Amino acid sequence: MTTRIDARFAQCKAENRPAFVTYVMGGDPDLATSQAILNALPQAGADVIELGLPFSDPMADGVVIQMAAQRALAQGQTLLGVLGMVEEFRRKDDTTPIVMMGYYNPIYSFGVERFIAAAREAGVDGLIIVDLPAEEDDELCIPALKAGLNFIRLTTPTTDDRRLPVVLENTSGFVYYVSMTGITGAAIKSRAAVGEAVQRIKSHTDLPVAVGFGIKTAEDAEEIGKYSDGVVVGTVLVDAVAKTLVDGKATDKTVAAVRDLVADIAAGVMRARG
Amino acid sequence: MTTQNTNSLRNGPDEHGRFGIYGGRFVAETLMPLILDLEKEYRAAKADPAYAAELQDLAVHYTGRPSPLYFAERLTEHLGGAKVWLKREELNHTGSHKINNCLGQILLARRMGKTRVIAETGAGQHGVATATVCAKFDLPCTIFMGATDVERQMPNVLRMKMLGAEVRPVTAGAGTLKDAMNEALRDWVTNVDSTYYLIGTAAGPHPYPEMVRDFQSVIGTELKEQFRQAEGKLPDAVVACVGGGSNAIGTFHAFLDDPEVAIYGAEAGGHGIEVENGHAASMTGGRPGVLHGNRTYLLQDSDGQILEGHSISAGLDYPGVGPEHSWLHDTKRVTYVPITDKEALDAFQLLTRTEGIIPALESAHGLAQVVKLAPTMGKDQSVVLCLSGRGDKDVESVGKYLGLLK
Repeated sequence: MTTRIDARFAQCKAENRPAFVTYVMGGDPDLATSQAILNALPQAGADVIELGLPFSDPMADGVVIQMAAQRALAQGQTLLGVLGMVEEFRRKDDTTPIVMMGYYNPIYSFGVERFIAAAREAGVDGLIIVDLPAEEDDELCIPALKAGLNFIRLTTPTTDDRRLPVVLENTSGFVYYVSMTGITGAAIKSRAAVGEAVQRIKSHTDLPVAVGFGIKTAEDAEEIGKYSDGVVVGTVLVDAVAKTLVDGKATDKTVAAVRDLVADIAAGVMRARG
Repeated sequence: MTTQNTNSLRNGPDEHGRFGIYGGRFVAETLMPLILDLEKEYRAAKADPAYAAELQDLAVHYTGRPSPLYFAERLTEHLGGAKVWLKREELNHTGSHKINNCLGQILLARRMGKTRVIAETGAGQHGVATATVCAKFDLPCTIFMGATDVERQMPNVLRMKMLGAEVRPVTAGAGTLKDAMNEALRDWVTNVDSTYYLIGTAAGPHPYPEMVRDFQSVIGTELKEQFRQAEGKLPDAVVACVGGGSNAIGTFHAFLDDPEVAIYGAEAGGHGIEVENGHAASMTGGRPGVLHGNRTYLLQDSDGQILEGHSISAGLDYPGVGPEHSWLHDTKRVTYVPITDKEALDAFQLLTRTEGIIPALESAHGLAQVVKLAPTMGKDQSVVLCLSGRGDKDVESVGKYLGLLK
């Protein structure tokens, strides 16, 4: 079954460019502003959207994304609220893939079967659940795959050749290579090592490999895009939201700040293959 | 619990690290290879007589094991029921049971060639024990501690610093144990090559719950033998406080297959179990969820967001509990009861005045359950409390509560 994710990566490949994957937190700083940001992303150059599901204890995220989750939760954001954003987005856009990214507990609390049905209904295409490694595939991964959702797995510098087949076995859509051992928002230590790692993963799978963590500028995106099928940018976009807030509230600059930054980095992505 | 149980309750976890539905390995991929490696190394160490011998030698000469089993005569008279016994873990080096686990794990860290140790701490007892073994084994260590806890447990912060540890206050959330654990996990994900994460309680991803339980099981094993020598039988009840639950599982494990022994875990009831977000009793007042690497009972809202909880005791102020306790709760082998801040404070003063022993506020929760239980039992019966820690660290905060300090 071809999903929106498959179709979009195929399209980018046909255009000889990496896909630009953008991450924003669902509900940050408030539902209406977050919806406006989400709706503006494709026009600004995003090929794939990762929509953050806020969680109180984001263990793999840096302070920027943690604060965004706290802002969203303080505004009353819920799992159903994030799904509602996707539903609203789908009224006008039926092609841009949306990957919901977050932690397992809100989904477990909601009920796995109920969640999968609701996510399909809303128009979610894939899931990235940080604290569900391959060892816990029975929890959500297998039921989600059966229902036609993509389950995108993170691979990291600690995922060696021996382990990669285990990690890739139930991965679909694309592989998300985490450029470093660390949390979101930190800096990449060696771009050369990232390139080698992407090649190593590609020797194990035909899936597209996107690279994320530590990509902050158009120039970073251009470099990383040279040897990957996708470039993921998150923390700087979330930070762009934060920088426009006054007393924690959205201003008339908020949506524009994200849109302009996405357009800027998208240009870098387009330059990647010269 | 029926006596015709052919399956032992002491066999968990299974190969997936599960105790029933609880436990597991809910961690980011970056950490997965590390915890698989840790499990392998732990199995190898367990089978190595040299490892066991070194740990045993340290237990005797460094910690001061075995800890005494003490008959609390005046407390028994005061309560007017069952004989009350105290397993004196507070007499261990560093002042609590935490050292038992730290010694086991630091030897593992050394075997694995790790050059840096990190740990989370609530009351600071685990932080102190970690800083202590790191001083002894010459490894740099960083302790993550919630900013609120840094304030209410200052003596332990000073001890850690004097022992050479770096103490990093964590301001996120309510600045308590949960937030310290988040921050320790972030550090670990970042420094995977060099760093050993020395978890202080029987929780977290497999194999930590099993490993920490094994290191703490010395408490119950000793207690069982000491009691048999003193009274020629098994105790009628054993009691321990439960935060993450390491002293409790260490006390309980030896008795799980003895159905004639009643087992009680005292959770932090804070302002009362009926007060929303006013307690830290995850089993009495929470429901199953996934946090910090394991599935277990958690304090959470209707949308699966974790609540901060509250307890006067920093060591019990955690919204989760070790997965084996969750399983023992569901199977009803252990009875978990909430104890309020006030009940714990009253018990704290009672033990201090009747026996001249100042208990940690954590242990005072277990004691409060003994205070309720002993009078309902016969004078020929016995209840044993694991006195997991001493209360020196708490004298200032209790003094404030009692109005002894301005």
